[in-house]
Amino acid sequence: MPDVTTPSPDMVAAGQPGPGTDREFTVRRRSQSSLVLRRFLQHRLAVVSLGVFLLLVVLSLFGETLWHYKSTDITDDLSVAPSAKHPMGTDSTGHDLLAQVLAGTRISILVALMVAALSTAFGTVFGAISGFYGGRTDALMMRFVDLLLTIPSLAILITLSTLLANGGGDPVTIALILASLSWLSIARVIRGLFLSLREKEYVEAARCLGATDRRIIFRHLLPNAVGPIIVNATITVAFAILAETGLSYLGFGIKFPSTSLGLLISVGQSAASTRPWLFYFPGLVIILIALTINFVGDGLRDALDPQQRRVRA
Amino acid sequence: MEGGSLYAYALRRVLISLPLLLFSSMIVYALVHFAGDPLRDLKGRNPPVPEAVLDARRSALGLDKSLPEQYWNWLTGIVSGDFGPSIKGIDIGQDLQVRLGVTLRMVVLAMLIAVVVAMLVGVLSAVKQYSPIDYTATLLGFLALSMPVFWLAALLKEFLAIRLNQAVGKTIVYTVGDRTPNLEGSFFDKLPNIAGHLVLPTIALAAVSYAAWSRYQRSSMLDVLNSDFIRLARAKGLSKRRVLVRHALRCALIPITTVVALDVGAILGGAVITERVFAWHGMGEMLLTSVNDQDVNRLLAWLMVSAVIVVLFNLIADLLYAFLDPRIRYA
Repeated sequence: MPDVTTPSPDMVAAGQPGPGTDREFTVRRRSQSSLVLRRFLQHRLAVVSLGVFLLLVVLSLFGETLWHYKSTDITDDLSVAPSAKHPMGTDSTGHDLLAQVLAGTRISILVALMVAALSTAFGTVFGAISGFYGGRTDALMMRFVDLLLTIPSLAILITLSTLLANGGGDPVTIALILASLSWLSIARVIRGLFLSLREKEYVEAARCLGATDRRIIFRHLLPNAVGPIIVNATITVAFAILAETGLSYLGFGIKFPSTSLGLLISVGQSAASTRPWLFYFPGLVIILIALTINFVGDGLRDALDPQQRRVRA
Repeated sequence: MEGGSLYAYALRRVLISLPLLLFSSMIVYALVHFAGDPLRDLKGRNPPVPEAVLDARRSALGLDKSLPEQYWNWLTGIVSGDFGPSIKGIDIGQDLQVRLGVTLRMVVLAMLIAVVVAMLVGVLSAVKQYSPIDYTATLLGFLALSMPVFWLAALLKEFLAIRLNQAVGKTIVYTVGDRTPNLEGSFFDKLPNIAGHLVLPTIALAAVSYAAWSRYQRSSMLDVLNSDFIRLARAKGLSKRRVLVRHALRCALIPITTVVALDVGAILGGAVITERVFAWHGMGEMLLTSVNDQDVNRLLAWLMVSAVIVVLFNLIADLLYAFLDPRIRYA
């Protein structure tokens, strides 16, 4: 009678081909991460998008030092349309728009990355605890999330911005305010994931070996949730870029002397009919950033979470 | 499925919504209490206002009482339809009624358009997966997903509507306000004017909402198309068309109800921004002015009304979902 509890040698060979096993064909062993990388690289649009996004980051970091105008420079050219000297034109005080867009991009990306990092860290821990313990703890924690979701987030953001930053201000405060709400969706996703992961055999095994809850959560479960966490963090970056833009447009976000793409558009919008370049360029850069991040997120989702692929092999 | 259990389920959902609203009123009250100072205007005056005047104002607004007492007075007032005094002397209840009508007009219309378009596009691109239609729809969806709503709104306004009106020689689509001031006449006289004002904001709001929903609709349709019962239906000889319409569509249209309901809060936020671009006198303007004026009771009224709308939509989605999908257990 075959032993059902231990896998047969064939099954082991099929699952993880080890050295010295006789097989009809050889399969090169691939680690999980190289599989993910392969799948991601097959997603052309995502790879190109990642390239464009990284280019934008590098440009925003070093572009201003290379460009012959600084964002604070006031030139003699007032309200000039795009030309060779000012590729994006100038505003009515003579600021070179390209330099300003570079500076704004830097701040916008910085804010978005801070929001993504903060809310992913907090949302993951919150969701992990809620999903892992389940029962009453879970109900209480999730009702809290539901509660915060009953009020339109924009209204909370505006109110918090009045409370903490006197109606807007520096990038770090704005990032904190945005992060204070964007962790909610991440917490929900991770909680759902942990609810199912905690039922797995390896958790039981770890517990039998005497692992503490903390060890199980952080060493056993979290690595298995890395895919959705990364995908959600990516989406949060896109969300944060757009949310910062919206807040700055309403006058509750980044304020001078700091600048951001949202602030630039809101200034540009008032002159959209007479000096359209002030409105076009910052907006196009925002769309480019959000679009590339969304494509990268899509590619990552396909690469990290093959079960979610809707195509059947 | 028993008929009775659905009613019990519905009743239970309604009963859960009430404490949710109560707790959310507490959070809202605490938030506004710490964020706003209704006396800021008075305190900042030069020459300084005497302390006695401030005290009198405090007691008139009920600010001399303890926080729980203030909260209780406010809550009992709101339940009976009294939103408390506004520091700008506005009748909050009446103001709210008018503005809510203006904003809901746009929000509901935009949601309807967005849902219908998202369903059509999502289903079509799932059925024609990896076809040019699918790729175009995906690209457009991602583009709309990545666009700040006010940028799109301003684009429509400055570069489309104004040129269109110039080309035609008269104003067809209005770019400022929710209606022409001092509009007189019967309902049918006013309709073209109001509709003309509604076009652009609704398009902008619908475009940004539709994107995520059509992506969702596409993946839920693909899920259904790849499931065993569809394969069975095809295998037993039903035509492709019949399988699609009678079997797949019915299941694939259910999940989107939840997503739409969950997004109501975000749409209200989007409406605030859209209204600002088109200078509407709706809920958006009310939120922004009440924050800027530190008009605490007006802000509270705004937050509570939107909380009620969000909770109501979630409730409707819950019930609709249970009604549409017999697999939902009412436990």
